Amino acid sequence: MIDRRLFTHFDWAILSVILGLICIGFASIYSATHIHMPMIYTKDIYWIGIGAGMMLLAIIFSYSYLERFAYIIYGSSIALLISVFFIGSSFSGAKRWISLGFFTLQPSEFAKLALIIMLAKYFNEKLISDKGMGLKDLAVPAVIMIVPFLLIAKQPDLGTGIILWMIFWSMAFVVKIRARVIMGLGAFFAALAPFGWMFLKDYQKARITSFMSPESDPLGSGYHVMQSKIAIGSGGFLGKGFMEGTQGKLMFLPEHHTDFIFAVLAEEWGLIGAMVVLGLFLALIISGINTAGSSKDRFGFLVAFGITAMFFWQVFINLGMVAGIMPVVGVPLPFISYGGSFLITSMIAAGILLNINMRRFIF
Amino acid sequence: MSSSYFKDKEPREFKGRVFAATVLIGTAFFILLFRFWYLQVKEHAYYKELSENNATRLIKAVAPRGVIYDRLGIKIADNRPGFDLYIIPEDVKDWPGTKQMLTSLIEIDEETINERLDKSKKRPPFQAVKLKEDLSWDETVRIESAKFEIPGIMLDVAPKRSYVFGEATAHLLGYLGEINEKELKEREAENNVYSPGDLTGKYGLEKYYEKDLRGVDGGKEIEVDALGRKIRVVNWIPPYPGNNMKLTIDIRTQVAAWIALKDKVGAAVAMDPKTGKVLAMVSTPTFDPNALSTGVSREEWKELIENPLNVMNNRAVQGQYPPASTFKPIHAAAALEEGVITPDTKIMSGPSYWFAGRAYRDWKEEGHGIINVHRAIVESSDTFFYQVGLKLGIDRLADYTKRFGFGTKTGVPIHNEKAGLVPSSEWKKKAYGVKWYEGETISVSVGQGYMLTTPLQLLNAYAAIANGGTLWRPLLVEEVTTPDGKSVSKPVVEKRGELGISEKTMDHVRDGLRGVTHDDGGTARFLSRTTDLKIAGKTGTAQVSKLIKRTKNVESIAYKIRDHAWFAGFAPYDDPQIAVVVIVEHGGFGASAAAPVARELFKAYLSKAEDAAGIETAPAPAAPIPGGPAVIPISTGNPKPAPAPEEAHD
Repeated sequence: MIDRRLFTHFDWAILSVILGLICIGFASIYSATHIHMPMIYTKDIYWIGIGAGMMLLAIIFSYSYLERFAYIIYGSSIALLISVFFIGSSFSGAKRWISLGFFTLQPSEFAKLALIIMLAKYFNEKLISDKGMGLKDLAVPAVIMIVPFLLIAKQPDLGTGIILWMIFWSMAFVVKIRARVIMGLGAFFAALAPFGWMFLKDYQKARITSFMSPESDPLGSGYHVMQSKIAIGSGGFLGKGFMEGTQGKLMFLPEHHTDFIFAVLAEEWGLIGAMVVLGLFLALIISGINTAGSSKDRFGFLVAFGITAMFFWQVFINLGMVAGIMPVVGVPLPFISYGGSFLITSMIAAGILLNINMRRFIF
Repeated sequence: MSSSYFKDKEPREFKGRVFAATVLIGTAFFILLFRFWYLQVKEHAYYKELSENNATRLIKAVAPRGVIYDRLGIKIADNRPGFDLYIIPEDVKDWPGTKQMLTSLIEIDEETINERLDKSKKRPPFQAVKLKEDLSWDETVRIESAKFEIPGIMLDVAPKRSYVFGEATAHLLGYLGEINEKELKEREAENNVYSPGDLTGKYGLEKYYEKDLRGVDGGKEIEVDALGRKIRVVNWIPPYPGNNMKLTIDIRTQVAAWIALKDKVGAAVAMDPKTGKVLAMVSTPTFDPNALSTGVSREEWKELIENPLNVMNNRAVQGQYPPASTFKPIHAAAALEEGVITPDTKIMSGPSYWFAGRAYRDWKEEGHGIINVHRAIVESSDTFFYQVGLKLGIDRLADYTKRFGFGTKTGVPIHNEKAGLVPSSEWKKKAYGVKWYEGETISVSVGQGYMLTTPLQLLNAYAAIANGGTLWRPLLVEEVTTPDGKSVSKPVVEKRGELGISEKTMDHVRDGLRGVTHDDGGTARFLSRTTDLKIAGKTGTAQVSKLIKRTKNVESIAYKIRDHAWFAGFAPYDDPQIAVVVIVEHGGFGASAAAPVARELFKAYLSKAEDAAGIETAPAPAAPIPGGPAVIPISTGNPKPAPAPEEAHD
């Protein structure tokens, strides 16, 4: 199982990028929480430790096991999502977590990986004509995505739900969808939007038009975005320096160590810091694309591409939201935002990427 | 060593699309980079200033509650602007000085200030704390002119609830109050966003329809200078008003009922017998919802809840009384339907009836002679119904009584409705573990004894008599609409049940009720002499104490042991449009105390076609209502518009 040749192909550069992001994340969490919530950063150390262990496992065992166990992985992730409704604990109105003593599990995070693996297996086995997939070909994979999507949307966890959609369309796109179908679906959703709009409550419309989350509290997101913009903008080119951010202000952000962590970072490290983080993410995503492109089989390609798409959309939506160019939907920033299940999932995903990468020459 | 999947098998399968994805990724990162450059370099100076001065403050923008209309569209609960005083503790430089200034400028004591600050300890920094709600005009002016000397003080306009008809709708609409910890916890579970200091419906429809009436609060981010003074609004999240509500209430009838009842203790309710829509619901003594909603002092509140007359009780749905003679038509219907008597059965109904060695008196000293059921209803003979009741038996009587909706809640959308009580042998076994005595049947047969009803239940039953046999679920809300006028919900007319009594029987009963007000010797004969409204109905006098001597002089009896006076009826008898029930606690005789009140309700509702004394139909909520000094005028400027509440008992 472990071949010595693997080590020669191991991509230390990607690993360094990931470790770099985790370190930056920990520093930002520390800066944001050490005064008011010292529990958070100590817990984060545990998460990083657990994550590292899981990541190692994800690297060691060949990813071909993922294909073999795809049904089990997908099925148990659905079972976990369903169990949230029965044994889940709720926090501020959402029921997303399963409590396991000191450890709370957020099944929707793991569902993202399960979806990628299941879709990869499905698309891998499916023969697709040169023209691409028609509507009929899309039906089964759409169901594979819709089931966890509905369960997650019901919790409600809009952010993760959106990521599932993006993963699905990204993977389906790369497998190839007929041009006609792409245009048709585009037109269909564009036409549907006004109807969806009709179903929203009036105040929700007001929130969306003022670029706000339809689900969070009224004094919340729009206000957060403004505070976030102030934090980022006031950081300037060089930033205010580590731990020099105006913590008092950021206390306005209940999510300042999770979804809005980047505002803390950009305030303290300035545009330079923002560029470094952007650069690291870009490196991670490009190497993910390369891993996909050089993978030895179709399944590897699809998994690597799916994971890369997941990282990309999370980064893009989170940073867009923090910078005030996208509505607040509650998507955290991989490796940097605080969140146990989220960090572990991201690290497993990165481990799988490394796994595919180092086995590209091994048959 | 080109063993890669791409290079070997289908090199070009994904290539074009992978390239497209790469381009997309590149573009996205470029947009983000550009955005960060824009915020951090281009607009840096602006954000730096905002950040350095800690220059933004947060104030909640309270959403106006939904407006409540009567059935014709007259506003009965509205919102008016009022000033609230806020303090931002971070901006306060000199606490003792500030507190002293405040206590001298406005009506507030240091204790209250400290309490308010304490309560909001957990708030994020630079969020304003509300110190006083709804300042008077004088206070507003004083604060406005002195605010430069007190850093950290801020005035803000917020909608205040205004009950246009004040005390007349007090129990029905209820009032607002600051949410308490218990309610806060309950709402948290329901996933509603409340925070300490928020107002919530505390009573009546305001409480029952809290979810509909409450809007979604917004927020204001205000840019301030170094002294914490407002410069401009940086960010404005508009509040969204609550849903509007149209009631089934006819405000003219409601006000008429209140005027007629305000110096008495009791309740008046009216209903459209064709639909079950409640037209009026008044309970006295009452409170001033306008004063309560803007906050009362502890003493005032204590006085209210410790009032021995139970001001905070909505007697229409929470008062439980023996129905007394108003029960006789229901009894008659049961007896006729069961064949115990026929319309022609004549029974000797003397001054008293002897049973098991005891005399059961009739209210009429001379007795009624030999009469049939029609006359028994008209003259309200007790001895007639004693004898019929004994023949019918308690359990058959109880069965029919329950069909009329007694003993179960009507389901009207008001909290803490009482169910009343229909006694039966089975009930007594359960409740007391003893068997039923026939003597008790005698009491129940004239609506006394264990039997209890709320005024609304009795109304519900009389509406069923009026419409021929349908027991409606009482409705209070006609329609709930969004602020833009779109319908949210429209409660449907719903049956609680059918009486299942023949039309013939119901005709006899209705004719008896017509006789009460139209035939010679009818107990409420005067109702047909003084008006031409074709009222049919029944009076009732519920005994409070058994030991009272027979007397016509009610004033000579101590208030506490005076009888309760009932009137229940409907009009016009040939096509009933409105059913009315009135109870006057310790009012003495039903005919003299309750029937005149009921007449005012009938008059107000049935003369609606004419342009009569009362309320302007044009929505002019701020205007005082013509129609007597009874109605509280509401002014927009003065936040404490109501005069001192009048004590309402005699």
